[in-house]
Amino acid sequence: MDKSIILEARDIVKNFPGVRALDGVQFQLQKGEVHALVGENGAGKSTLMHILGGVYRPDSGDVFVEGKKVKLQNPYHASQEGISVVYQELSLVQNLSIAENIFANRQPLKRMKLVDWSLLYQKTLEILKYFDLVIDPRTPVKELSVAEQQVVEILKAISCNPKVLILDEPTSSLTQVETKLLFKNIQFLKEKGVSFVYISHHLQEIFEIADRVTIFRDGKYIDTRNISEVNEEQVVKLMVGREIQNMYGDRNSKVGKEYFQVENLSQDGVFTEISFSLKRGEILGIAGLVGAGRTELARAIFGLEPFSEGSIRLNGKVLSIHSPGDAIQEGIAYLTEDRKQQGLFLKMSYREDLIAPDMKRFIKGMNILDESKITSFAEQSRKQFKIITPTIFQKVRNLSGGNQQKVLLSMWVGINPKVLIVDEPTRGVDVGARREIYKIMRDLTLSGVGIVMISSDLPEVLGVSDRILVMRGGRIVGEFNQNEATEERVITCATGVGKVNMLT
Amino acid sequence: MSQLEQTKNHRNLWRSLTEIHEFMILFIIIGAVILMTILSPIFFTSGNILATLLSLSIESIIAIGMTVLMVSGGFDMSVGSTVGFTGAMAAMLMARGIPVILAILVGIGLGVLIGMGNGLIISKIGINPFITTLGMLNLVRGLLLVITKGKNITGLPDSFKMLGQGKFFNVQYPILIAIILVIIGDFLLRKSQFFRQNYYIGGNERAALLSGINVSKMKVFNYALAGGLAAFAGIIMTARLGAASVSAGTGLELRVISAVIIGGASLQGGEGTVAGAFLGTLLMALIQNSLTLLGVDVYWNTFVIGTTLLVAVMIDTLSKKKKGLL
Repeated sequence: MDKSIILEARDIVKNFPGVRALDGVQFQLQKGEVHALVGENGAGKSTLMHILGGVYRPDSGDVFVEGKKVKLQNPYHASQEGISVVYQELSLVQNLSIAENIFANRQPLKRMKLVDWSLLYQKTLEILKYFDLVIDPRTPVKELSVAEQQVVEILKAISCNPKVLILDEPTSSLTQVETKLLFKNIQFLKEKGVSFVYISHHLQEIFEIADRVTIFRDGKYIDTRNISEVNEEQVVKLMVGREIQNMYGDRNSKVGKEYFQVENLSQDGVFTEISFSLKRGEILGIAGLVGAGRTELARAIFGLEPFSEGSIRLNGKVLSIHSPGDAIQEGIAYLTEDRKQQGLFLKMSYREDLIAPDMKRFIKGMNILDESKITSFAEQSRKQFKIITPTIFQKVRNLSGGNQQKVLLSMWVGINPKVLIVDEPTRGVDVGARREIYKIMRDLTLSGVGIVMISSDLPEVLGVSDRILVMRGGRIVGEFNQNEATEERVITCATGVGKVNMLT
Repeated sequence: MSQLEQTKNHRNLWRSLTEIHEFMILFIIIGAVILMTILSPIFFTSGNILATLLSLSIESIIAIGMTVLMVSGGFDMSVGSTVGFTGAMAAMLMARGIPVILAILVGIGLGVLIGMGNGLIISKIGINPFITTLGMLNLVRGLLLVITKGKNITGLPDSFKMLGQGKFFNVQYPILIAIILVIIGDFLLRKSQFFRQNYYIGGNERAALLSGINVSKMKVFNYALAGGLAAFAGIIMTARLGAASVSAGTGLELRVISAVIIGGASLQGGEGTVAGAFLGTLLMALIQNSLTLLGVDVYWNTFVIGTTLLVAVMIDTLSKKKKGLL
């Protein structure tokens, strides 16, 4: 047995009702390496992660920790074996402090098993230094931004002094600055002998941080490569089993006239004097860091938050929008960035989710819903958006992430919007589904619909947008045409000049 | 369609039938009816059946409103007090010579107002349904005691008592009213666009808001509906008893909520049907009736109702877990 292998999974098979999630896969993690695990949604990455974290037990196959066969019973047992997992879904207690969350169930104690609060806060302060966080350890987690919460989650795992740290999409809600700090800390811990399993859809990150990459496809092990010996295209090809060309599609050559204007929109303390216009058939990207006020702007346009000043015009008419209902009535659609919490009805079927934004269209007199009309609409939409589901009656929570995002898109394209605002349209979505989502957006622009796309994924912003606005601190601080935008220019603009060195 | 596909569909139909919560309860009810018919000669007589149905008519009317509320993720502890309060108010008006129809309408109006109060506090101020309606439970009952000074109200006009005591082909009016309302309620909650919105609100309130559903308006409406139906039930109860008692409806809310949960709704919202809730009340009434007929001490009733609720919810949760839904 090779001593340098700290964690190994061999011939793992795991079945769920109706699906074989893992079909005899293997995975080897060497001591002190960062090993990326990639694959499309449904490839089996998260199932393997749950097995290594003690959440699921494999139907067959074995897990070895430092050459010793272990049967992981539960997450606690896994952490006893030195395996810590940071899941994508945050598992923090919102009402408790940062300190109590990081040391959940492991608080330092004094006499009579009482919590030693001063030691707890002191230890937390030390650990917060990893991420240069200057924040009171007594702050309740609910007062933190999502990015900060993600950092707390990572610190919680680090504080257990694990031998193996499994990170599942750790940067999905981090800003670029925090991502850099995360990488710095991974490097630091790696030197101390900690090994990492790094799951991410962002291949760029993988090439930046990982030493090796293992690729899964459809529950099967495909290959493991040294990162220095492959390039992005090769990895994508191994992931999808075919070559993906022209990922972002072709820009609409017939962008029309300006028809949607936002003028001097302000919301106290959130965004200030926002003005922009959108042309027919145009995709307008809005870049910026998390917290720049982009989502809040979209929510205000959609009537979810009031704005204190300014106006919105569509086809020359000033709109009076006080609720999402009003916005929908005027033909404005908004795809939230958070499909699970705010976008979808996970317990309900695809068919029912689909009609949520526009149920009135399916009434056949006396307020009674026309079930057959709904069914045929759903069937047609399933084909149009290539949603992979056995039937339209399938509950949305049983669909993969990429399919769920397509469901959300089909809900809103289904109302035939005049203006579509999408917020992080491909977060947590695999390469194949991503390309389809861009295709749907492109098709929509061909019919004259303008799209406002908020995105923190720079390659996406650059690859998809016809024009790019950059927001910082609640203001628009830059505008680029597609041909003059570069990653560097957009980042410089989004972070403010002073911080450029920190990022590059 | 090929023959293979047809047989597959048949099997799916059977499986989907057994997966529907209402059918599960219906099977249990049918089983209980068969068992009781064997065990007791009185059970399957029209007299006993009508008496059982009469006993559940009040609860099943209230359960309609409660189901709508629970589907949308809310619930109402104050319905029992509303039953007592509105029944007594309508009775007081009638006893003072106000026309029967007008008194009934005022009673229902008061119930709607109580419900709107709940709905406004919950949706506009943002206090949780349990605390809000618990407060309203005491407030309304207290008001009833203050106004009536704790005395029962009698001397009601015969035309009013007919509502509760009259018969149509030997079937008491309250049974007919309850059945008609349950059918209408079930139809609307299943089929109408307006009521369907509640499944979206209960399923994911934030997504419902983003989908353009006017969530706070729906909530106020739901509580008003629950209050109005509770008031109507209270008035029928008063008519049936021929007098309004200041303790009428005490503890009714918990029985109704239990029945609705047995019928397939959950406190998390997003699921449940009026038909299921009616079957839940039917099952509870049936169990009580059976215990009486079998000569079991009446003090066991409450114990058995509690056990039924727990068993029903456990079976439901376990079967969902088995299917990997939880």
